[in-house]
Amino acid sequence: MIELNDIVVSYRTERGSINAVDGVNLEIPDGCIVGIAGESGCGKSTLMRAIYGDILSPMSLSSGTIEYGFNDRNGEPVTSENVRNEWFRTLSYIPQSSMNSMNPVIRIREQFIDFPGTDPNKKRVLEQVREYIGKLGLPVEALDSFPHQLSGGMRQRMMIALATFFQPNLIIADEPTTALDVVVQKEILLLLMELQEQMGNTILIVSHDMGVHYQVTHKMLIMYAAKAAEYGDSDSVFDEPLHPYTKMLIGSLPTIGEDRARHGIPGSPPSLWGDLQGCRFAERCPLATGLCRSQEPPLVEHKPGHFAACHFAGADLPDTGGAGWQ
Amino acid sequence: MAVILKTVGLNKVYRLGSFFRAKRIQALDNVNITVESDRPVIIAVVGESGSGKTTLAKTLLRLEVPTSGSAVVYDKEVAGAGSRPSRREFLKSIQPIFQNPFEAFSRYRNVDAYLHETAIRVAGLSAPDARDAVAHALSSVGLEYNDVVGKYTNQFSGGELQRISVARALIPEPSLIVADEPVSMIDASRRMIIINLFRKLRDEEGRSFLYITHDLATAYYISDFIAVMKKGQVVEFGKAQAVMSDPQHEYTRLLLNSIPTTRQRWRPRNVAPATLN
Repeated sequence: MIELNDIVVSYRTERGSINAVDGVNLEIPDGCIVGIAGESGCGKSTLMRAIYGDILSPMSLSSGTIEYGFNDRNGEPVTSENVRNEWFRTLSYIPQSSMNSMNPVIRIREQFIDFPGTDPNKKRVLEQVREYIGKLGLPVEALDSFPHQLSGGMRQRMMIALATFFQPNLIIADEPTTALDVVVQKEILLLLMELQEQMGNTILIVSHDMGVHYQVTHKMLIMYAAKAAEYGDSDSVFDEPLHPYTKMLIGSLPTIGEDRARHGIPGSPPSLWGDLQGCRFAERCPLATGLCRSQEPPLVEHKPGHFAACHFAGADLPDTGGAGWQ
Repeated sequence: MAVILKTVGLNKVYRLGSFFRAKRIQALDNVNITVESDRPVIIAVVGESGSGKTTLAKTLLRLEVPTSGSAVVYDKEVAGAGSRPSRREFLKSIQPIFQNPFEAFSRYRNVDAYLHETAIRVAGLSAPDARDAVAHALSSVGLEYNDVVGKYTNQFSGGELQRISVARALIPEPSLIVADEPVSMIDASRRMIIINLFRKLRDEEGRSFLYITHDLATAYYISDFIAVMKKGQVVEFGKAQAVMSDPQHEYTRLLLNSIPTTRQRWRPRNVAPATLN
């Protein structure tokens, strides 16, 4: 189990410090795929970087702790201090533009050898890599090519192969299919799901596509303006969302075969500078009252395993009808 | 019935590499589309990356010259060997909206400068008339003139800025607006605001749209006609409802099958692990 205890991640800037993740408490059970959704700038990627341990100035973990719940090679528990030594051993990362994250001037097989393995014998490693690539159903010849010779989808699959080769306990995938078209996206997501099923590890997947989350995840975390707005089992979150933001987000998706009018969510999230009082979604929320503007709702368990940070969690939204941006 | 869009044998070949070892890329391969209608329509062009969607848009916008073939928009020939309208006349009938609004406007200029320039240079209005035209265009996308004037791109969200690009395109009162992936850079929660705006402009202001996208769900939601492209060819074309409910081409079926919907899962997921609480 991975535990995030009230973590605050801030960036130091000329204007002062700003909290991009502001007090997130989470328990992520082992062996499940957790989806993280929210709009641009809500802190999804910052939270992922903090969990990955890629904390470099101007970013810092100003308070809170992360417990990973697994041990490193020496049997010591992994913490924020030593997590960097575990990169591509017990946890790995599939970055946002992973298509372009490979070294362009060396062949793919060299990149596999580059990663910190335990075996100093290159030949033996390469043999294992070839076997592994074959098992994933990828052409073994692709290992001998340079990244630019492969299509975007193939590069993405190679990246997934790299990230899963050492059978890590935790994989962090930041928008792994954003740049790809739907046909390739489906193949890659199915590959990732299959690997997760075989290895039984934990995957954190960031995406802004709620459809992707519905297909892939066991649990969902919805973030809004640096806070966790809702967290729970995906079935529960999609069937009965509790937070109005989640409801509006799911309700805004058009579906083929349905002709109901859809509406975006008008307005913008609040600026993280300055004093933030009350619920951060209040400005855009149709249910907001004086209470919401003055008192911040805590993340509370409303149903077993289903948390939401809203004073009116589960309340029906008024029918917006023709409202939208107009 | 007016011919809103008609392409006849449109071909575009890009040549990459040196003169002697050039590689030919057939970006458009004999594209024939005819859309005739009495009322304005939204035509969606969908397909994978590299299928030629953007080349089709660029050809209609006269940013690329087709290798052969011709294209007609609202009874005017815009591409091909035939007589062409003057540049100003052309820009008055077809206007573009691009993918990334942050790249479409310079960050060192006020965004309203682009609106005023379009009104004066393209629509040919005098300065006081231009101001009214800009205010009118902004109000039809749901923005206030005074909230926009004098601001720079970093003072807007992506969605607001994209609405400003729509407003700019509306100023010359074009009959067709070519929108190339207009919502892919916009946050998911605000995409529908732009999509609904297109629908409103079609119904209330009589603008037709060529909506280029890889998102089939929004294409289904707003379009009257859909063209499915693959490797430069239009593999399926027809009324949106018909194409989406009864796809004839295998590729269309594959695309429809690959959309991650929130209705039906691709396959049953493994039972949640025992450690899940």
